[in-house]
Amino acid sequence: MMLRQAPAPQDPGSQPVPEGTPALEVDSLTVEFPTRRGVLTAIDDVSIQIAPGEILGVVGESGAGKSITGLAVLGLLEAPGRIAKGEIRVGGRRVDTLTEEELTRVRGREMGAIFQDPLTALNPLFSIGAQLIETIRLHKPMPREAAQHQAVTLLREVGIPAPEERLKQYPHQFSGGMRQRVVIALALAAEPRLIIADEPTTALDVSIQAQITTLLRRLCDEHRTGIMLVTHDMGVIAETADRVAVMYSGRVVETGRVEDVLHDPQHPYTRGLMAAIPSLHARSGTLAQIDGAMPRLNARPSGCAFHPRCPQAGPRCLSERPQLVSAARSEAACFIQDGGTQ
Amino acid sequence: MMQMNDPILTVDRVSKRFDVSAPWLNRVLEGKPRLLVNAVNEVSFTIARGSCFSIVGESGCGKSTVARLVTGLYATSGGDIRLGSGTEGRPVRVQMIFQDPHSSLNPRWRIGDIIAEPIREMGLRNNEAETMARVEELLRTVGLAADDARKFPHEFSGGQRQRISIARALACEPELLVCDEPTSALDVSVQAQILNLMRRLQQELGLTYLFISHDLSVVRHMSDMIAVMYLGRIVEMAPVEALFSQPLHPYSQLLLNTIPDIHAPKRDRCVDNGEPPSPLNPPMGCAFHPRCALANEACRETVPPLRHIADGHQAACLLAG
Repeated sequence: MMLRQAPAPQDPGSQPVPEGTPALEVDSLTVEFPTRRGVLTAIDDVSIQIAPGEILGVVGESGAGKSITGLAVLGLLEAPGRIAKGEIRVGGRRVDTLTEEELTRVRGREMGAIFQDPLTALNPLFSIGAQLIETIRLHKPMPREAAQHQAVTLLREVGIPAPEERLKQYPHQFSGGMRQRVVIALALAAEPRLIIADEPTTALDVSIQAQITTLLRRLCDEHRTGIMLVTHDMGVIAETADRVAVMYSGRVVETGRVEDVLHDPQHPYTRGLMAAIPSLHARSGTLAQIDGAMPRLNARPSGCAFHPRCPQAGPRCLSERPQLVSAARSEAACFIQDGGTQ
Repeated sequence: MMQMNDPILTVDRVSKRFDVSAPWLNRVLEGKPRLLVNAVNEVSFTIARGSCFSIVGESGCGKSTVARLVTGLYATSGGDIRLGSGTEGRPVRVQMIFQDPHSSLNPRWRIGDIIAEPIREMGLRNNEAETMARVEELLRTVGLAADDARKFPHEFSGGQRQRISIARALACEPELLVCDEPTSALDVSVQAQILNLMRRLQQELGLTYLFISHDLSVVRHMSDMIAVMYLGRIVEMAPVEALFSQPLHPYSQLLLNTIPDIHAPKRDRCVDNGEPPSPLNPPMGCAFHPRCALANEACRETVPPLRHIADGHQAACLLAG
């Protein structure tokens, strides 16, 4: 692999880690937002793991906490948001306790980020080449020419035609899909172990979306990068991810292999979500709908947060909070799989 | 006298050009030419009463411009748009639902006033009491409570706001509703609620929909007829089942091939590497030929006309059929 170079000796973050160390371990993460009217818990006891070369899809509707989870891993939570509990390890190394200065060094090198809007992720005043070369040299000190050569290699790798010429161009000269490819090249520049991709294809058309997800899949396989793919789109998950974590109201309610969760969803929320998506194969009269909406953070119901919308809720769901237990071939946080709802 | 068989809407070779030139002074000083974009190019279709006609396509293909031409928000640059006759001999009433329920409702107005405005403006009720009774009836029709009329838009979620938009559109008793991406800003579980509501209203009130969307699964669920647009032209038009079972235009085939399918994850999609060309500088001949695997010399020179290939199935491809 051309891009994988020997780690710079002064860099404590790039120490070789034992084989089999997960790219990302999040252990009982709780994120709080203290406000004048009390503390709001945005993420409540979330644990996820991503192996090297694996894509974990984190799916949920607006307000489920999926983006906050990604931001917490990157150390980009905006005040007053704070990690109240839990541990985050990237490549075996604890990152939630790092100082801002240490984080700046880890971010980009150990973990990359791809956000929804590629236009705001790039600086409009600098050429693509300048931004790539700066990023490469920041993380791996090397002469300008070598960095330029590597930038060309990166652009070619993410499928940008004529990379030598494109290097001199500015973000506005690229189409939306091409811009997102540049952002992916930037995220890959320092060969991170982990990439957080937050709605990377939401601003793109279907045919371009397919190009970008295929590219992410290929890069993940070739570089053995772990990817946390945050999206609201079940279709993107179905096409791209290996495993999926379904989030609802700040918690993971179901997790498992993509095929298992899509074909045989266990949690009533996942089941409702799947049934609410219009089918491409047959035309149904009415779509199954989940009535109501996701609860607000300041009005989260007791017990299982889904119980007011759940068709199968029993008395136990109102008072007790279900934990993730194995259900069929995946894991679900529901009493239907864990001793009944009575 | 009402004719039930005439189409509710006839769009006949309608075009729309936008002038996107630099300001006059720049043109004079820098010698820049005038720049025109053909957003919609000779588009023709008819919509049967009580049906749902959908236009799908990617951003920039001109589908929203068609919606705005039909509702009269834009003037056409060429061609005719004819509305069928509605009750009492007047032309059918047309209303529109917009994509973003956050910007399409006035944040300073109470919901009651938002919905009552078209009723008052068009004088559809005799006095204020009747108007408010109608507002309450409309709120209940779209699944909200009558006393929501006193609230402001910010007190509602996205899905509820879209219900308010629908109630406002229904207020003047339209026969044709133009829906421009009505569920694109909503989460899937809320989208299902809105789509079910729109279906129910169509049956109860006998509405006709012109539905604009980029989401093929939503379009498949809602429509009777589908038109696929690419760079300002309709490239294929067919009944929904025919289009999904046997797409004829290579672009429709590409769309159906690349769209993710949650019931068949990780199927072998053939992903092409092309992108839609800029509408400022469209390719010669068939606009799709630079991305088309089948393109030959003729495709590079002739703009293919939309022609009948099979029963009710039209495609604008020289090689189809």
